[in-house]
Amino acid sequence: MNKNSLWSRIKGWSLFLPVMSLILVMAVNIIHDIAVGANPLSFFMITLRQTTGNGTILYGRIIDILNRGSEVAILAIGMTLVVSSSAGTDISVGSVMSLCASFCCMLLAGYGVSSTSTLAVPLIVGVLAGILLGVLCGVFNGTLVAYFGIQPMVATLILFSAARAIGLLLCNDLIVYVRNDAFGFFGGFCGPIPTPVIIAAICILVVAVLLKKTALGMYIQSVGINSRASRIAGLNSKRIIFMTYMLCGLFAGIAGIVASSRITSADSNNIGLYFEMDAILAVALGGNSLGGGKFNLTGSIIGAYTIQAITTTLYALGVSSTQAPVFKAIIVILIVAIQAPPLKAYFKHRSNAKQLQGGAIS
Amino acid sequence: MRKISKIIVTAMAAALLPAMAAQAEELISIGFAQVGHESDWRTASTKSCQDVFSEENGYDLSFVDCDNDEAAQKEAVRSFIEQDVDYIIIDPIIATGWDTVLTECEDAGIPVIVIDRTIDDSDKYAAWVGSNFKTEGLAAGEWLAAYAEKQGIEELNVLTISGSTGSSAQIGRSEGFNEVAEKYGWNLIDEQTGDFTEAGGQEVMENYCKSYEGQFNVVVCQNDNEAFGAMTAMDNAGVTYGPGNDVILISYDACTAGLEDVKAGKITADFECNPLAAPFVEEVIKKLAAGEEVEKEVYMVEHWYALEDQIVEFEVDGEAQEMTLVTDEVIEAQY
Repeated sequence: MNKNSLWSRIKGWSLFLPVMSLILVMAVNIIHDIAVGANPLSFFMITLRQTTGNGTILYGRIIDILNRGSEVAILAIGMTLVVSSSAGTDISVGSVMSLCASFCCMLLAGYGVSSTSTLAVPLIVGVLAGILLGVLCGVFNGTLVAYFGIQPMVATLILFSAARAIGLLLCNDLIVYVRNDAFGFFGGFCGPIPTPVIIAAICILVVAVLLKKTALGMYIQSVGINSRASRIAGLNSKRIIFMTYMLCGLFAGIAGIVASSRITSADSNNIGLYFEMDAILAVALGGNSLGGGKFNLTGSIIGAYTIQAITTTLYALGVSSTQAPVFKAIIVILIVAIQAPPLKAYFKHRSNAKQLQGGAIS
Repeated sequence: MRKISKIIVTAMAAALLPAMAAQAEELISIGFAQVGHESDWRTASTKSCQDVFSEENGYDLSFVDCDNDEAAQKEAVRSFIEQDVDYIIIDPIIATGWDTVLTECEDAGIPVIVIDRTIDDSDKYAAWVGSNFKTEGLAAGEWLAAYAEKQGIEELNVLTISGSTGSSAQIGRSEGFNEVAEKYGWNLIDEQTGDFTEAGGQEVMENYCKSYEGQFNVVVCQNDNEAFGAMTAMDNAGVTYGPGNDVILISYDACTAGLEDVKAGKITADFECNPLAAPFVEEVIKKLAAGEEVEKEVYMVEHWYALEDQIVEFEVDGEAQEMTLVTDEVIEAQY
């Protein structure tokens, strides 16, 4: 009986399904490793590895998932807030990432320079300017959505198509290479830990504390559930929606810097390509409704790493990259389906019926 | 006073007009519908055309950057027909849907020269000028065979980071290289796409290093950007690459940055994909103007680059290949 109630308490936990999905995806690797006769836990092994440059870094698939999933996790924070407050999505984040990366690299290299190892302006100026441009993009989106009442999809469609093109203009239609170790730090390693992981962790922590220690989280949810009622209750609904878009732009900027630092260049055609879709998917995989209102930030973060876990698992299984999207789609359909309200209701109904039956027999 | 000035102007105009007309007659007018400007390679291709078909060389070039919009490209070709240019150059964004437009060109009597990418559903063009991707792949394979023999490496275990799946460069390079691999019985461990990007190359290599730890000694990247990414990933995994190290790193494209890495002893050999089509197109145009027959498919001359110790003799389809030593001057001259 006691065990039973613990299980139902776990099942009742709001993050039960997202966490289970992540665990199931990773468990596939154990089965695969046993099948090929390798160490069952080889996927999960983390070791210290000597790099060619004589550094020591953490090495393993789990580290890869945490590392490569950073950008989507950072984007997912902003996306969750936007979805909650406005019941819409910001589809410009991928393009804004590319724009911020281009602007940052353009400043660091100097306009028209396509490859350099010396910085034209101090590193911090370039990076902060890139992030600031992200905030400005967020302000633009936020103004359109909150104050002009334009539908989020349409409002953010503008930067979705324009931001990448502006980035190309800034880079003089070229890939700008900034082959500088200091710039490579944001996408490299900080001691043994990948810097993107640390950056993502800081972003998550700051927002989590902000939501916990202030009433901001509650305000965002209440605006999302009913913005008119919130306004009547004394909340400045427009300003709150505006703020979530601004934050989303800020995180797109940070993600852009990380992505560009990984390759120490601004590849405006490819940075952040389709990342807006992954960010939205992360929010959905985390068990959040795209209809706005109540949200769970932790769920979105788990969703982001689930996406990366699927990608890394497919690599580990040796699935050919031409077929990988098909498998990815199947897994995503399954995860989304088990969280769909009708299925959830069905399972709840069944377990209730079982309990009733069990009660009758005893 | 007025009259006099009128007379002077008329006289000047009369004197100038035939001169202008004569000049216009001398210039060969060419319309060029370019794909867009997505890479360094593309920019080099555009610049090559602008340099060769300049006014000093006796050409009048109308250049249209179609920004990867296929409808805009066909529109551009139609506007060339309206301008009644002498020749039209097209780098087709997509391979199909060209028959109507090319028929219009034919009816107008304007020869069309296709460069780089191919047109599959029509043959109403005078010639196609481009790279033979399969030859690039064959050359990389045969070079590897000769180099391994020189080094006394008996077993070759190859990992490939391919380009965007289905692109003509990916298909040709894979086909050529795999043909050679089969001939010599090499072990092709895996082939995953890096989409021709540095980030893609990095991620694929990161996973290769874990999946096939200590099992590979050759990495083939189907362009330089993928090679840059693969190098970062191998650095982090503690795998050494380049001449004299654990892994033989082969790359294609040979852009300036790629050649710099060859010189630095990181990329073992780099196989060029020549973007400078214009000189070859000019030859075709000269032949057409002289009424000579032109070949339907014109392949550009491409170079294979390495450092001195990596230069070996090899043949592709019975033809001896010449390798180019990478020096500062070579890098300087590259696109």
